[in-house]
Amino acid sequence: MAEKKRRTNARQVRESLMHVVFLLTACISILAVVLICIFMFANGIPTIAEIGPGNFLLGTTWKPLNDLFGILPMIVGSLYVTAGAILIGVPIGILCAVYLARFCPKRLYRVLKPLIDLLAGIPSIVYGFFGLVVIVPLMQQMTGASGGKNILTASLMLGIMILPTIISVSESAIRAVPQSYYEGALALGATHERSVFFAVLPAAKSGILAGVILGIGRAIGEATAVKMVAGNQPIMPASLLSGVRTLTSNIVVEMGYSEGLHREALIATAVVLFVFILLINVSFAAIKKKEG
Amino acid sequence: MESKAINHESSRARWQAYRRRPLSLLLRLAVTVSAAITVFVLIALVAYILIKGIPNLRPSLFAWEYTSENASMLPAIINTITMTVLSLLMAVPVGICSAIYLVEYAKRGNKLVSLVRVTAETLQGIPSIVYGLFGFLFLVVACKFGYSLLSGAITLAIMILPLILRTTEEALKAVPDLYREGSFGLGAGRLRTVFRIVLPSAVPGILAGVILAIGRIVGETAALIYTSGTVAGVPDTLMGSGRTLAVHMYALLSNGLYTEEAYATAVVLLVMVIGINALSGWLAKKVSAKQGE
Repeated sequence: MAEKKRRTNARQVRESLMHVVFLLTACISILAVVLICIFMFANGIPTIAEIGPGNFLLGTTWKPLNDLFGILPMIVGSLYVTAGAILIGVPIGILCAVYLARFCPKRLYRVLKPLIDLLAGIPSIVYGFFGLVVIVPLMQQMTGASGGKNILTASLMLGIMILPTIISVSESAIRAVPQSYYEGALALGATHERSVFFAVLPAAKSGILAGVILGIGRAIGEATAVKMVAGNQPIMPASLLSGVRTLTSNIVVEMGYSEGLHREALIATAVVLFVFILLINVSFAAIKKKEG
Repeated sequence: MESKAINHESSRARWQAYRRRPLSLLLRLAVTVSAAITVFVLIALVAYILIKGIPNLRPSLFAWEYTSENASMLPAIINTITMTVLSLLMAVPVGICSAIYLVEYAKRGNKLVSLVRVTAETLQGIPSIVYGLFGFLFLVVACKFGYSLLSGAITLAIMILPLILRTTEEALKAVPDLYREGSFGLGAGRLRTVFRIVLPSAVPGILAGVILAIGRIVGETAALIYTSGTVAGVPDTLMGSGRTLAVHMYALLSNGLYTEEAYATAVVLLVMVIGINALSGWLAKKVSAKQGE
């Protein structure tokens, strides 16, 4: 009797012990976010205060040797390049998702789907390399712009990079639309194409938007690949064909040899990027919530 | 085949219908062309790298020691394996245990659960360069680990944690409640139910997530440059700096003198990642096939 009781007790102890262990491990991701926020902000915000928020965020001159740290060219650069990637990647991505979800013959789908998943797995450094050895020379030939490393090149490469994200999220959003929408449109006499585009697609809007936002996050956060094809001049871009430096490439280009305030300023650049990303995440969460 | 078959229109009838409705034709063309562009770009990328890279795969690229002459990638491959194992050792247990808590232990409407979900989503959205700088500030500088495999592995472990957490969560949720009820009914406790009944049936799903995570580790550059450093050799201890294959390739390209070697490295990297992803996809398919039964 006593033996049995002791065993039950031991079991209960073990159960509640493991309960606590699981609880603690679940808290690790919270801890990680808190740590990241603390370390980024504690290092970045004093630097921004030292340089002056106005001088830092709105300054147009980046000359670390003269203690001039204005990152507006990089903010603008990031926005341009990301916008370009969206303009290239989103239409093709959504249309491709529509094709996969509603037009693709089953047999072809079995080949295409894994292929496109593959696109998502290719490391960014390989995309960057492809951009460097294929897109850059191509751009140079086509536009005659010297160097071939410019906003357009970076946008094109990022547009390709965000395709898989947009395709896979949009495709599942389109597939989640009830079949009755499509059938209703067909019953009213619409063609297959019209039914898909004017009945199914609008219903998948918020899911597709979520995919686009994920794509924006990926494009704005990409560092090493962009550095290879964007040219990295820290000046306000004059045209689509001028070289550009993004927030991310600013860090990658200079972090290796920077010291003192220069290094702090680069970390502050990452903080600005981090805030951009947090804003994007919040809007993503809001859209997902609306979707239910 | 006769075009009289039900729900089957002949290509001629279809063409006539399109001529009457040019917009529909345009839409169909648009989706087909977009899909074709996507596939073309993908094939062009892979084919270009394979064709240009394979002739550059020389035996000297796989020499034991890296020198500036041979630019051997073998040390980088060894570092990649060490890095992968180390990061997984940290991230997989934590990810699986967190998912067990979220799915098996937490009660419905638990505030902590939604908080963990939000933080996991946040982690997933953070760009790798920010992870890199965080790892630099926290591990390399504050914890005094220096540029080391350990710093890199911890950074990557945090990076892949949300991926493992989410895929494990999905895999656990896919286990039918009948299994749990059966186990409880036979008198097993919660812990025994989780480890003996639920986890074993969720293994393929979890494995698919882990393999996806391996793919991310192998392809990562920005998070590693400032944490594990860019030393080309294999370090003696985990506290030494060493570069993985992706960082090796980045270093070759930044140097500018090693384009041929970079092509060869790209081939190895691409083949590794494609193989890893194919494995993950195959496992995931196995899971969904099982669920369909």
